[in-house]
Parts: sequence; structure tokens; C-alpha cells
Amino acid sequence: MYAIEVERLTKIYGKGETAVTAISDATFQVRPGELVAILGPSGSGKTTLLTAIGLINEPTHGKVVIDGAAVADEGWLPGLDLKRLRREKLGFIFQAHNLIPFLTALENVMIALEINRLTRREATERATELLASLNLGHRLHSYPTALSGGESQRVAIARALANRPKVILADEPTAALDTENGRNVMALLKKLAVENHSAILVVTHDRRMVEGFDRIFRVSDGRIVGEDGNGISRDFT
Amino acid sequence: MNLALRDIRYHRGRFILTSIGLGLLLGVVMSMGGIYRGLFADALAVLNFTRADIWVVQQDTNGPFAENSRIPEETKYRISAVPGVAEASPLSFQTIQIERMGKPFRFYLIGHDLNGFGGPPLIIAGRNIRQKHYEMVVAKAMRMEIGEKIHLGLHDYTVVGITGKVVSASGDPAAYVSLADAQEIQFKKDNDAIRNDRVRIGANLAGIPSLSPAQAKFLRQNIAGITESTHTVNTVVARLAPGADLKEVQERISRWNHFRPISSEEQTKILTKGMIEKARKQLGLFRIILLVISAVIISLIIYTTTLDKIRTIATLKLIGSQNRVIVGMILQQSLLMGVIAYGIGYLLISLTYEKFPRRIVLEPSDLQALFVIVIAICTISSFVGIRKALKVEPAEALGG
Ligand SMILES: Nc1ncnc2c1ncn2[C@@H]1O[C@H](COP(=O)(O)OP(=O)(O)OP(=O)(O)O)[C@@H](O)[C@H]1O
Ligand SMILES: [Mg+2]
Repeated sequence: MYAIEVERLTKIYGKGETAVTAISDATFQVRPGELVAILGPSGSGKTTLLTAIGLINEPTHGKVVIDGAAVADEGWLPGLDLKRLRREKLGFIFQAHNLIPFLTALENVMIALEINRLTRREATERATELLASLNLGHRLHSYPTALSGGESQRVAIARALANRPKVILADEPTAALDTENGRNVMALLKKLAVENHSAILVVTHDRRMVEGFDRIFRVSDGRIVGEDGNGISRDFT
Repeated sequence: MNLALRDIRYHRGRFILTSIGLGLLLGVVMSMGGIYRGLFADALAVLNFTRADIWVVQQDTNGPFAENSRIPEETKYRISAVPGVAEASPLSFQTIQIERMGKPFRFYLIGHDLNGFGGPPLIIAGRNIRQKHYEMVVAKAMRMEIGEKIHLGLHDYTVVGITGKVVSASGDPAAYVSLADAQEIQFKKDNDAIRNDRVRIGANLAGIPSLSPAQAKFLRQNIAGITESTHTVNTVVARLAPGADLKEVQERISRWNHFRPISSEEQTKILTKGMIEKARKQLGLFRIILLVISAVIISLIIYTTTLDKIRTIATLKLIGSQNRVIVGMILQQSLLMGVIAYGIGYLLISLTYEKFPRRIVLEPSDLQALFVIVIAICTISSFVGIRKALKVEPAEALGG
């Protein structure tokens, strides 16, 4: 079973004359444990693709299946609890790490667990463990403003991982970091894909960051124009 | 995890300041209510302390508090004789303003029959009046010491006792003297004035051509008596015997045609409906305006703090949190702010209300009602924030 299946996914913003086709006819599958990069210039539709898969941006056409559950077929399928699917199956990591400013590092991770109905004790335990494994054991009670960019991004990663999602979606997770921290984050994602057996989809426009990825989709003008995988470049066009 | 509390903990400075500001506003709302109640308490103070069932006043008047009522002192004997009346006692009231220690000094002088009722309701220091003349019991608010003297009319009066919170309908503190003293202060003029009056009235009357010389002479002799008559009071109050019928007693007194017997219930109505109605409405209106202002301010605060949290809310939605988590955060914060502000307002007013120049009466029922109103305002105000929050798209968490 695939972790992500996308078939002829198209997203058009707006209507009529001002309509923008941000992504068109994207078709691909990602297996659990695969680390996939989406590479492309600004405005090419990377974020749109990621958010459509992430259940926060309704696809205009095409099918999306997440972890075996069909979620979109010409728009969201009726009767879906998108929030629930998001908190159970998906983890998000973004450029601006989006930590909640009034929660400590530990609480930022715990909140993801608590909204998924874990008890406070379970949440505290798992969050502490997770942060420790990301070398943040000493920053549990720091507020985001007191964390460095790299530390913040690691807290965000911990939060994305908290519910052991099948799919992790990362949009420019290294953009706000220096090269070294960026590489560290990428290495961490790589490790997680293997250890947690999650499908990880990482958007970036920085070629240098994607070495060691299982597959690389190149996006241009809303289309997936090519895929590099396992060192072999395959062009779809 | 309680997000509302975490947010407050993080932004405690802002939260405390906002709550204090709101608390001050609510304190003002509470004091408005207290002034409103105080107005009632003041207006009814003398009426209630007298504990009379019937106030007999001059016909066609509304009694001693509302207008001038003059009846002869002897009326008390006729009223005592009415079946059903247990006791009757004359009272006189006058507002006096003199200069004391270089400042205007205003009080409400109550003259009462030392053997009747209507005197000081309680003595908190010193003693009650014992001598028929020149002794005085004053309300605490007059800030006079026992033994102090004050010059009224032609004589000096000595303070022998202090009584509690007795005030006139307009809030002036009360002082008690014997009826005879009160009448003297009210009516007795100095000797020059008496002589002038006597001559003037005498000349007028004696000059009436239709009078026979004998009649004119008789009049002149009696004028002294007329001009010096001081046996007038403002009201005669009566208490009924147990089981007596108020209506029946009122009927009887009305039949004499010179008096109006006002029941204490009617008197209350005259005082509250007639005399302080406008002030009451004014205060009520002011209170409503303040509450509306509070509501607007609370809404604004909630709305802006929600705007500050748009990104947090979007992030929460993105990671799949239920709406109730977000709604709860905003609502709880709003309620907590209301409760704390209310507490601050209450603390403020309970520490200061005794220092207000006029009486503030804090009725528990008023305070409870205000609490409910504040909670309602907070709940309704948080809707504007909640509405905004529910419209936030999870995608707003993206991007720099
Ligand atoms: N909400 C929106 N409404 C209308 N057009 C949009 C919206 N979001 C994105 N677009 C348009 O869709 C296209 C793709 O945008 P998208 O954000 O997916 O690009 P991107 O590849 O993520 O770019 P970047 O690298 O700058 O983040 C752009 O032309 C953009 O202007
Ligand atoms: Mg983007």
C-alpha cells in the first residue's frame, strides 16, 4: 500500500479570467519510508501540491489517497473529517516553524498529542522522549523566542512526529536555517523516514539540500517535469 | 493543556493591566449602582427611622419631605384620640446652613417631642437629649464632638450624643433637638424683627376702616401673640395599635378636612417616585452607558487578542485541533478576564465606598446581577473573536 497516491491532481485558484492553474495533472505515489523532495522555482506550485495532499487546500480535480483512505476525487469526498485525518495521519513542518509562542517547547509537542486524545501523562512522556531524541532534552521548558532557528525547527519536527503519522509534509524546512543546520534537519528527516517508516515529502528550492533523498520531483509551472531517483534521472516529458 | 491559561501566563503583564483597567470600569459601574441604592436609602432614612404608620400633614400637600406642610402642634392630641392610634408625636424638619470654621455647614434639623417618638434611632456615643432645651444629638457624618457647641438662632446648642447614618432626602446629615428648640430656631425672630412685625401687622389691621375702635384695640393687643406663635409643626406621626385598620384610621383623619393622613407606604412612593425619580433615571442611564462601554471594550480586547493569535489558531487547525479547543481558548480567556476584572472592581469599591461623600449601598443582589451581566457580556463579546477564529484557514499557518 502507498502512503500517498495522487492521480491527475489539479488545483486552480480563482475563476474565469483571473484563474491560476497552480498545479496540473500531477500523478505519483510515495511508499512508506520514502524520502521525497519536490524541487522547483518560486511560484511553480510546490506549496500548492503539498497543501493539497495535506488536506488544507482543496484540489480542483483529480484523486488523492492518504494511507489507503481516499480523501479527494474532484474535490474533497463528502463526509470526511479533515481535521481528524490531519491529526492522525499527517505531520507538518514549515519554513517558519510555527511554534505556538506562548507554549514551551515541551508544550508545543504535547498539544499535538493532547488534541489527539492522549492523556496528559502519556503526552508528557512521549513529548519528553521525542525532544530528548532530537537533542532538545535541555530546552524542554524554553519558549520559542528563546530557541535558536535550528532548535525551533527541531521542536516543530518533534511536533510533526508526535502522533507517529504515516505522512510528513515539509515545506522549505531549511529555508530559515544556515547551511549546516539545514543539512542537519535534512539528515534528521532522512533518519526518521527510515526509522518511523513514514513517507516524507519535502519541498525545497535548494538543490544542495536534497542529496541522499530517495526521489526528487522537479516541478515547473505547475507540472511535474521530471523525477530523479536513485541516481537515475527519468524525464516524463 | 489549558491554552487560555498558558497564553495568559505568557502575556501576564498585558493581561493584568487589561484586567485592572476593566476592573476600574466595573468598579465605577458598581459605585453607580451603590449611589443609586444610596439615593434610596438616604431618601427613606428619616421615614424608616421614624417607624410611623401614618404621617399627618397639611391638607393638599405631599408632606414634610416634598413641600411645606404646617399644622398646629395640638393636632397630636386629636390624633392620639382616634381609635386605632397607639401614639402620635409631632415632628418638625428644617434644613439649616450656617458657617462653621469658615465653611458652609449644612444639616437637617429634626425637632421631636422628647416624650414622643421620632428622635435619634440610636446613640453610638454620648447620650440622648435629656434637657428640654439647648441639647442636641448629631449624626456621625456631621463630624462634631460631644460637648461641642453650635450657635443656632438665638442660642448655643451643646452636642450631647452622636447618632448613626441619618440623613435628609438630599443627603444632608441630621441633627436632633427638642421640638420646642426646633420651633424656636425656626420661628423665633430676634427682638427687633418681632417689634417690626408687630408694628407693621398692627398698623395694617388697625387701619382697616370697617373695624370698630374696640375691635382694633383688641387686635393690637393680640398681635404679639399671633406673631410669636411658634406652636406649629410639619407633621404629626402616628403609630397604630396592633390590629388597627390603617384605611379606617386614615378615613377618620381625612374627615376633619384640614389634614392629609399619608401612610408610610404612600410616603415612600412620594419620596422615591417624586423626589429622586430623575436622579434615579439619570444614574440608571449612566449605568447602562457604562455597561455598553464595558461591552465594547471587552469585545475590542478579545478581538485584538484573537487577531494576535491568528497564526497560532491557524497552526492549531493545521495540526488538526478540534474547534472546541480554539473556541474554548478564546471564551475562557474572555470569561477569566471578566471574572478577574469584576474581582478587582469589587475590591476597589469595597475598600473605598465608605469614603464617598454620599452614601453608597452595595446590595448583594445588585452585585450578583452585575456579575451575571459581566459574564454575559464576556460571552457575547467573545463571539466576535470566535467568529474571526473559526474563519481562519489552516493554510494561514504557512509562509513566512
Ligand atoms: N491562495 C491563492 N490564490 C491565488 N493564487 C495562488 C494562491 N496561492 C498560490 N497561488 C498562485 O499559485 C501559483 C503557485 O503558488 P505556490 O505557492 O504553490 O508556489 P511555490 O512553488 O510554493 O512558490 P515558492 O517557492 O515561492 O513558495 C503561484 O502563481 C501563486 O501566485
Ligand atoms: Mg511555497
